[in-house]
Amino acid sequence: MSSIKTDVLIVGAGPVGLFAVFELGLFDMKCHLVDILDRPGGQCTELYPEKPIYDIPAWPSISAQGLVDKLMEQIAPFKPEFSFNRMVSSLERLEDGSFRATTDENEVIEAKVVVIAAGGGSFQPKRPPIPGIEAYEGTSVFYSVRRMEEFRGHDLVIVGGGDSALDWTLNLQPVAKSVTLVHRRPEFRAAPDSVNKMFALQELKELDFQVGQVTGLTGTDGQLNSATIKGPDGEVEVACTRMLPFFGLTMKLGPIAEWGINLHENLIPVDTEKFETSTPGIFAIGDINSYPGKLKLILSGFHEAALMAQAAKRIVSPGERIVFQYTTSSTSLQKKLGVAG
Amino acid sequence: MTKLTFVAFDGTRFDVEAENGSTVMENAIRNAVPGIEAECGGACACATCHVYVDEEWTETVGEPEAMEEDMLDFAYDVRPNSRLSCQIKVRDELDGLVVQVPERQG
Repeated sequence: MSSIKTDVLIVGAGPVGLFAVFELGLFDMKCHLVDILDRPGGQCTELYPEKPIYDIPAWPSISAQGLVDKLMEQIAPFKPEFSFNRMVSSLERLEDGSFRATTDENEVIEAKVVVIAAGGGSFQPKRPPIPGIEAYEGTSVFYSVRRMEEFRGHDLVIVGGGDSALDWTLNLQPVAKSVTLVHRRPEFRAAPDSVNKMFALQELKELDFQVGQVTGLTGTDGQLNSATIKGPDGEVEVACTRMLPFFGLTMKLGPIAEWGINLHENLIPVDTEKFETSTPGIFAIGDINSYPGKLKLILSGFHEAALMAQAAKRIVSPGERIVFQYTTSSTSLQKKLGVAG
Repeated sequence: MTKLTFVAFDGTRFDVEAENGSTVMENAIRNAVPGIEAECGGACACATCHVYVDEEWTETVGEPEAMEEDMLDFAYDVRPNSRLSCQIKVRDELDGLVVQVPERQG
């Protein structure tokens, strides 16, 4: 597979990663961003898109999604490239000092500088609060469906009330031996159309829907046999050889811990001049870094991006003189932004 | 000021003075009540500030709204008196409120 070549690889496309494109772009550095989510914005888009943020300078109030949309507009002149639904799984340093990153889908990205703007870490499926579930993960319990065939002929229990739970209930119903959907209440977050389809199949006894919470699992050597469901009328035991729990997403540091960078309590210590990590050429900005006085504010991340860009430029274009310029008056910056008169 | 009591999972009681208009979660964090994580900072986006409202208070405190119910799907051992403490605003009628912290958050 051919590799992607860029000046700067940015890990994380949240607000701080996006603004880094702007600051790096003013110094003519091209950026490629990788994010595990399917769109830009990080926590802003995933957790609270409609919530107003009140501490963005000059915006008395802006919704989290609104901020992300504005950032995308602001960085558009620099034509950043994105790899969504991807996680950088490994990062190695090449002989010439540049970096080679490989994603979980085996894409290779080569960059002169790496900027980690990964916030609270990557969003990963949340492990449901079912005692002993760890013993079955990867063998009987899965958090996503890679191949539907893995569920053929199985007694499948799907847990959750959102779109993932309902969609897979409907899609796997024809494939599995039996499907039991478990949700703690009869109301769903999923699209009403899917919910109606599910209830119709339940009417026809093509699947089972149980109101309740899974409280226990039985099985041996990672192979599930049954699940206990505690509902309003007490406990029932259902046959279960495959389970798909959909309990939302949580943030985990993930593979960053294996890149050889010094970490402290799951954060990346940096200096406050360049926001560089213990590995020269790898920077960390935004919520994921730590330094004396650190505040986890978007505002602080923007500042960190600006200072980082100066240091990154020295690596990407060694020996070149860095001229400090204002966007208000510099015709060369205005040309880059596409606004020159 | 309104008096609130948090009962931690090990039975330790935390009696706190809360300002009207603040959320029950904020008072737990301010007073370092163990077991209230509030990962998302009060955006009703994570279900890690889950509490059980003492039975005699459930009516006064009221029912969760739809968005909070959706979030409670992600909590551990949800019961009829489960609430997310970031969604309960302190007010005069809640003077004396007792909430229990669950065994674990999500």
